[in-house]
Amino acid sequence: MSFRARHLLGIEHLAPDEIRAVLDLADQYVELNRRTVKRTDALAGMTQINMFFENSTRTQSSFELAGKRLGADVMNMTVAQSSVKKGETLIDTALTLNAMHPDLLVVRHPSSGAVNLLASKVNCAVLNAGDGRHEHPTQALLDALTIRRAKGRIHRLTVAICGDIAHSRVARSNLILLGKMENRVRLIGPPTLMPSGVAEFGCEVFDDMAAGLKDADVVMMLRLQKERMDGGFIPSEREYFHRYGLDAEKLAHARPDAIVMHPGPMNRGVEIDGTIADDINRSVIQEQVEMGVAVRMACMDLLARNLRAERGRAATGVMA
Amino acid sequence: MTTTYLHNARLIDPETLEERQGTVILDRGEIAVIGAAVAPKGARVIDCGGKCLAPGIVDLGVKVGEPGERHKESFRSAGLAAAAGGVTTMIVRPDTTPAIDSPEMLEFVTRRAREASPVRIRHMAALTKGREGREMTEIGFLLDAGAVAFSDCDHVTGNTKVLSRAFTYARSLNALVVAHPQDPGLSAGAAVTTGKFASLRGLPGVSPMAERMGLDRDLALVEMAGVRYHADQITCARSLPPLERAKRNGLDVTAGVSIHHLTLNDLDVGDYRTFFKVKPPLRSEEDRLAVVEAVASGLIDIICSMHTPQDEESKRLPYEDAASGAVALQTLLPAAMRLYHAGQLTLPQLFRAMALNPAKRLGLPQGRLAEGAPADLVLFDPDAPFVLDRFTLRSKSKNTPFDGQRMEGRVLMTFVGGEAVFDHATGGTA
Repeated sequence: MSFRARHLLGIEHLAPDEIRAVLDLADQYVELNRRTVKRTDALAGMTQINMFFENSTRTQSSFELAGKRLGADVMNMTVAQSSVKKGETLIDTALTLNAMHPDLLVVRHPSSGAVNLLASKVNCAVLNAGDGRHEHPTQALLDALTIRRAKGRIHRLTVAICGDIAHSRVARSNLILLGKMENRVRLIGPPTLMPSGVAEFGCEVFDDMAAGLKDADVVMMLRLQKERMDGGFIPSEREYFHRYGLDAEKLAHARPDAIVMHPGPMNRGVEIDGTIADDINRSVIQEQVEMGVAVRMACMDLLARNLRAERGRAATGVMA
Repeated sequence: MTTTYLHNARLIDPETLEERQGTVILDRGEIAVIGAAVAPKGARVIDCGGKCLAPGIVDLGVKVGEPGERHKESFRSAGLAAAAGGVTTMIVRPDTTPAIDSPEMLEFVTRRAREASPVRIRHMAALTKGREGREMTEIGFLLDAGAVAFSDCDHVTGNTKVLSRAFTYARSLNALVVAHPQDPGLSAGAAVTTGKFASLRGLPGVSPMAERMGLDRDLALVEMAGVRYHADQITCARSLPPLERAKRNGLDVTAGVSIHHLTLNDLDVGDYRTFFKVKPPLRSEEDRLAVVEAVASGLIDIICSMHTPQDEESKRLPYEDAASGAVALQTLLPAAMRLYHAGQLTLPQLFRAMALNPAKRLGLPQGRLAEGAPADLVLFDPDAPFVLDRFTLRSKSKNTPFDGQRMEGRVLMTFVGGEAVFDHATGGTA
């Protein structure tokens, strides 16, 4: 078995063959999800808890659907950040949940590293559904699946990631994954939205959209995370759209068959022009949502297999 | 008072920067004779077995939780940890709750400290009331009450008018100001040093430039006010040229660095290990090496522990939310031995930075291995290996980044005023 991880905390800890294993299995689940009867029993009898310390509709429903289609008992816990005193409660909540013997714990948290901390305290498999500005591994995997299905491969492509790189966990996970799979990654955005040390990432960095998009196979737009802005990173939305918003004119610099991606939710007219987002010949934004369910099913299935094997070894006393 | 004859010792002299084999006689709380061939009558004779005998460490900047956080560290627990770590004088910080900012408060903690600690304790007082950077404290009264220096610790006063007045007033009393060079705006909210690692971990970073900006500003104020100034921690290569320039121009300026910034770097944080969260955050390896070199050259004068006890609760949090600081009284010497074993600093250089220079800067008679100096000494084996188990530390708080790490260097005995306050052979207070 090529997928060995116990938790899915980030792309950083995955090897290329583990990434391929997820994508291969996800391809099968895409087929299943297109049938009328979408049920398997891969997680039958298992309990999945979705713990969201940060609001999310899309990711949470995607994980919920994925768990239900695999036959797990799914419980959603939306922990409103305002009512939670950070940290202390995180460990306490984790220990409380752990006592209920869940098998899969899906966690989103506004602090980078919070999911790692939680994973060290529980006995089940933990999936990171986004932690602060750190990682969002299932998003990168679903993006990879979308690219592989559209382009026929997930290596030796030129991928441009555009926008608020500094505050984006989606960008982190994607650039790590695309780097591991030997793609050429370009980061495009105003220098105020570039993370520090970006020159050491092994990516090409552009602050000019046209130059950065030249001959790109894939154009990944990021949401301009207005809620994370605690100071003036950009002068105004309209200047941002003028310089970095994806429209037909800028997209013309990419390859003619380039695909356009966006993790959602979109700010139409801020980072992406509405007509581009809706162009069925270029935009794969709806496919990304579809792939999301399949990839999350694959991740949970693989983690559950490892969990069963581990518990089996523990029960029979055989060392790993 | 006992007379003690220590022989067969490797004497570490930070004044001459020399090492030699020899003997020392401790009498009436002082180093009476160095190099005597025979033990005086009735003296306690200790065979040092060829191990190192150096002046006890004078640790500038120890946080004790009294008042306010005694569950994290008391004068008693800190004193015991210091004795076991070869620290014979602790210079304690005023960043308590409430801050040590009045003569009454200073008298209270001085009394508490004297009753509880086996090692010497001297106190710093806050430079501004409540460390809030608005009004200066009663610097004159506090000096009379025994304050050896004035510091707002990690609270950086943004208002330069307030700071320049405090500096100017302090100068008139010849008081020493200890500052934390850091630009408050640029460093706001930071948990790590900027760079690839910070970005990959998704943690808010501060550029090392913030330290240089803070230092540049402070040095300009020092030039204006003429105060005696000590920068608590200089941790970046970029801060070294302005420091060097200030010294060359004759400003009364010294600088320190914590043992953690000399022996660890930003990558040690790994997967969000909060015991490695210190203030300022750990720096790149290039910065670390530059700072080690600056200690060797004498540009950075003082190595301190920046001992900052934190309980488990304040560390077991997501990295950004976790408290800063690490305990280090007991690990200062073994960690410093890493620099010795790496060939980066000699033992006399280390004790110049850990004992002689801080004592000199504060006007204390300690820190020397010379006849007539106080008999505050540490006997240690620089080569003794061990694996650190944080639960063996004597501090109430166990937040050390060296937990589980292989260390070399063990304190065998610690003397304060000629009396043994720690003996490894008996496993505790002698």
